Amino acid sequence: MEFKRRDAPYTVPTANVANVMQHVLLALIPAALAYVWYFGAGFVFNLIIAAIFCLAGEAWMLHLRKKPVEPSLYDFSALVTAVLLAFALPALTPWWVTATAALFAIVVAKHLYGGLGFNIFNPAMAGYVVVLVAFPLHMNLWTAPRMGDLDYHYMTIYETARYTLTGTFPDYLSFDAISRATPLDTVKAGLANLQTFQELQINPMMGDFGGRGWEWIGNMTAFGGGWLLLRKIIRWQIPLAVFAGLLVPASILYVLQPGIHPSPGFYLFSGGTILCAFFIATDPVSAATSPKGRLVYGFGIGFLIYAIRRWGSYADGVAFAVLLMNMAVPAIDYLTRPHIVGHARSSSNDD
Amino acid sequence: MPAALPGRLHQHGAKRVSAPTYDLGKLHGGLRLPGEKRQSTSTDIQQLPIPDQLILPLTQHVGDQADPIVGVGDTVLKGQMIAQTKDTLSAPVHAPSSGKVIAIEPWPVSRRFGDKAPCIVIECDGEDKAYEGGTAPRPYESMSPEELLIEILLGGIVGLGGAVFPTAQKLMQAISAPLEYLILNGVECEPYISCDDMLMREHADEVLRGALILMHALQVATCYVVVESDKPEALRNIAEALGEIDDERLILKQVPTIFPSGGEDQLVQLVTNREVPSGGLPTDVGCVVQNVGTAVAIHHWINKGEPLISRVTTVTGAGVASPMNVMARIGTTVEDVVAFAGGYTDRAEQLVIGGPMTGKSVTTDAVPLVKATNCVLVLSEQVPLDDEKPCIRCGECAEVCPIQLLPQQLFWYACADNEKQLRSHGLTDCIECGCCDLVCPSHIPLTADFRRAKARMLELADEKARAERARQRFESRNERMELEHQMRDQELSEQKQAARKKGQQAIQDILDRTRNNDDDDEG
Repeated sequence: MEFKRRDAPYTVPTANVANVMQHVLLALIPAALAYVWYFGAGFVFNLIIAAIFCLAGEAWMLHLRKKPVEPSLYDFSALVTAVLLAFALPALTPWWVTATAALFAIVVAKHLYGGLGFNIFNPAMAGYVVVLVAFPLHMNLWTAPRMGDLDYHYMTIYETARYTLTGTFPDYLSFDAISRATPLDTVKAGLANLQTFQELQINPMMGDFGGRGWEWIGNMTAFGGGWLLLRKIIRWQIPLAVFAGLLVPASILYVLQPGIHPSPGFYLFSGGTILCAFFIATDPVSAATSPKGRLVYGFGIGFLIYAIRRWGSYADGVAFAVLLMNMAVPAIDYLTRPHIVGHARSSSNDD
Repeated sequence: MPAALPGRLHQHGAKRVSAPTYDLGKLHGGLRLPGEKRQSTSTDIQQLPIPDQLILPLTQHVGDQADPIVGVGDTVLKGQMIAQTKDTLSAPVHAPSSGKVIAIEPWPVSRRFGDKAPCIVIECDGEDKAYEGGTAPRPYESMSPEELLIEILLGGIVGLGGAVFPTAQKLMQAISAPLEYLILNGVECEPYISCDDMLMREHADEVLRGALILMHALQVATCYVVVESDKPEALRNIAEALGEIDDERLILKQVPTIFPSGGEDQLVQLVTNREVPSGGLPTDVGCVVQNVGTAVAIHHWINKGEPLISRVTTVTGAGVASPMNVMARIGTTVEDVVAFAGGYTDRAEQLVIGGPMTGKSVTTDAVPLVKATNCVLVLSEQVPLDDEKPCIRCGECAEVCPIQLLPQQLFWYACADNEKQLRSHGLTDCIECGCCDLVCPSHIPLTADFRRAKARMLELADEKARAERARQRFESRNERMELEHQMRDQELSEQKQAARKKGQQAIQDILDRTRNNDDDDEG
């Protein structure tokens, strides 16, 4: 009898890229629900617009690059980028801002660098930073989270949709009436005005640790991230290192001068820290890949988040921290190669 | 290093049983794979009938081809040596049954992709008459280790775990180093294969008898018999046999079922927590590893006078009607072996000699079963070959690599043909176990890529060596020419000078003569 030739091993692999991405999408559901609960339906509109432009951009680029469109579209990686963007953007964002971010993420940051697997920068963060710099006004439009006891005006679904599509408010509302400083903004401005952190914490917006709403979105994100860890979709090194990079300097300074430095808990639960640790920094393509390298990479991101929040001009520094560490990845990987079994311990990192 | 724990002996019913020890070293990565061994272990080892024809490759071992010492038309007897070794690394071949040599010609063999190799073809007479000379048992205890090794060499014994390194030469190399442990490898970590398991279940005593011979040959103080945790019956039977032999130097070790812990270097690391140096051998860290099947073969040769002419092979996979283990004569074709196991099923798609992780894919079942053949695997899987996606650098491959390489980086450098980085990232240390392939979400055939990159590296090294030789030849030629030139110049100038001197002398002579003549005239 005659048979076909093959290369060993002959067992069929079980994991696939689409499955990895599906896990990531599923793990973000609790956080998305919390986001919608606290900040309204705008998140859903952002998500839809980001998804449309990410997928269209992906299909367009694949077509231009003469690559098969379908398999890459169904690996869900473009959809993950869209979801991460939706999390990064304020709930009220005009569609052209979202579209710009989505197209830059997919077309420039992903495909012009060679497509999935070859992009140096995290596409979602690259797209976000472009609109953060290009549309600073729109990117500062954060509404107050749902508070229950203390109510601001909330926009209806219709009003939200209208704002997303046209960028205009109902006649009785204005930008100033609806926008509220985020807890990170509040703390940054307050400390600059020589208020102490403890004084600032009296504001009901500040919640228990990291601000009303934000801390619960954080909890839900950590819940999804924990599930990814259990399913071994992500490994523990990067999340742990991001937390360490942020909390170590935050704790030391807070203990030394608790008045002028925000508490580590505040930095952990506010802004995008937890989302970054579990879902953004862990993007395998743009992250360091050796086990030790991932610790260095994560710690670098955590530390940069702290440095930008504390001493930089932006309230949150997640996107910049990630992009800066993305640039350092080749060097980190090269310098943190693991000990190869059978080689002398000291010479493994030579040359 | 912790001192070796002696096998704890305790009463178990009427028999003395040696309990396994568990103190283990660390092995990075590896995979827990579905065993797929039940299919072939439900029946005892079946004796395969003598086929009509036996095909015996002259190279069934690592090293040089053996020299045939029979010719076409010769009658041979069971156990008679039909090919011998020269002084190089090699192993003799014996006739597995009696009959007539009908050809010595190239035949498809189970090397990668089944190329052809010279084989002795024997037409069996079915009488299975045994060769009389040299089949007596050898009293090994009164022999010196060197004498014993020469005996082992004559038995045609090679490593039966799959590497088929000639055992005698391996032991000879080993006794020149300070040794602490003999490790008997009963860790059959690859899925589907169960021949060592069945051998330990049914012939535990013979395994240990072989171990005692090996210990005498090597003069080592401790022998670990290492068995995986998924073989409870083999563990029990070895423990019982240990109790009967009652030799404290033999210790049973149970190891977890993780692929590829049965690889030689990996097993040393797991059992002794010592890393075999890159490019080195287990003897560099005081260990020798022998497969349990090899131990049984040595026992048969030394204690019973039967050379290596048959072995236990697993015939299994979804493409085989009734999977089982068979005791088959070396040289039986795979076709005959599968036919004995009920033939192929409709789902037979691929023929693999060896296991599903590291076996060799062959194109025809005309290949013979050789000393290395521990498994005939007929698989049904049809893998789409075009679904390779870009690497997303998830690093799962690095998590499972037993050598702690970074396959994702190696892949990158292999694509770029960057030899320097491939070397510094340890490509040559890759054992091609296939773990990285299995966990890759992008379905990249990493092991095949690495195999090609290694071949390319050898090619480059070859090219470099050739270029270096050519350069040296060119330079030495230039030097030679230069030297010749100088010598020629020197010679010429000497001749010139000599001529000049001679010339002056000649003129002087003539002048002298004429002067003399003048004087004479005057005189």
